[in-house]
Amino acid sequence: MSDPNQESTEAAAARRGRNIAIALALAAFVILVFVITIAKMGAHGTAL
Amino acid sequence: MTQPSAAASLAAPAVARWQDFVRLLKPRVMSLVVFTAFTGLICARAPMDPVLMAVAVLCIAVGAGGSAALNMAYDADIDFVMRRTRARPVPSGVVRAADALALGITLSLFSVGVMAVAINVLAAALLAFTIVFYALVYTVWLKRRTPQNIVIGGLAGALPPAVGWAAASGNAPLNAWLLVAIIFLWTPPHFWALSLYTSGDYAKAGVPMMPVVKGAASTRRQILVYSVVLVLVALAPGFTGLGGLLYLGVAALGGLLFVGLSVRLALSRAGDTPPPHDGLYDVKASARPARDLFAYSILYLFSLFAALLIERFAAFGGVNL
Repeated sequence: MSDPNQESTEAAAARRGRNIAIALALAAFVILVFVITIAKMGAHGTAL
Repeated sequence: MTQPSAAASLAAPAVARWQDFVRLLKPRVMSLVVFTAFTGLICARAPMDPVLMAVAVLCIAVGAGGSAALNMAYDADIDFVMRRTRARPVPSGVVRAADALALGITLSLFSVGVMAVAINVLAAALLAFTIVFYALVYTVWLKRRTPQNIVIGGLAGALPPAVGWAAASGNAPLNAWLLVAIIFLWTPPHFWALSLYTSGDYAKAGVPMMPVVKGAASTRRQILVYSVVLVLVALAPGFTGLGGLLYLGVAALGGLLFVGLSVRLALSRAGDTPPPHDGLYDVKASARPARDLFAYSILYLFSLFAALLIERFAAFGGVNL
């Protein structure tokens, strides 16, 4: 008989996927802040 | 916020994958928002660092996604009733409404905050106004109360070019608001044409779309009026220095076809009989003029903004169109 508190394989995989997505989003945010800082320090724009 | 009929589905989430949270952001709507905002940004003709340009577009995209998640969190009960929307993550029970709300608030704050810090305050303020207008004024206040819901609420979908323009130049002149006016006037004929052949679902969900409240004949007449005004306003950028000959040609020829399809719809019986219930997009022959106008309206708006973009890029390359 299975333990009702046991997380299913599918749920565990989904949770892992969500956690990886959050980690990537946080990493992207750090990179974004870095890129913005560099761009703001030496920005000379191009008019299209 | 949630009716008893949808409560069971909303309270018992299945396994939510990260892709379900992406679906909350309405990626297809987001792509149209990005396209129109990018057009506004380029048409501003202001010097801008390409990296900051990309950041501005990212902020607008994320802001659009955040407001879409807020909309889905609030509208779960009526989305549950309508066939077009019942498979969305919240009404289908995959994502909790509270989680969608949290995601929407987070992304909205992120987009406005980054826009204010990295770009400028005017663009951030316009973006914040757009999000609040869509999530509160349209979704919470207008959508379930008045047949003018998409007319007034359409302002939220119309503002991205002004946000893009403000991001590039720090101001929003008349030409930016002309682009806003074009999308604003385009919204009623676009959505009313759709609602003429899906009004059964709106009625079932208690959403007072124009065909549900005023009837199909009145809706068809109003579509025609809005179409004529839209086509005239869409010509204006050709005379204000915003658009060139290519734009004017697209606006004139595309506008003629738009009015032609609206006249055809006004003379038709589209929406007079209830749409079939066997398939959401099974359109009766009598409703085809509505379906045709709906489909063409997307191409028309895309063509107008694409013409402006092509002209700007051609000018950048030394070619005047």
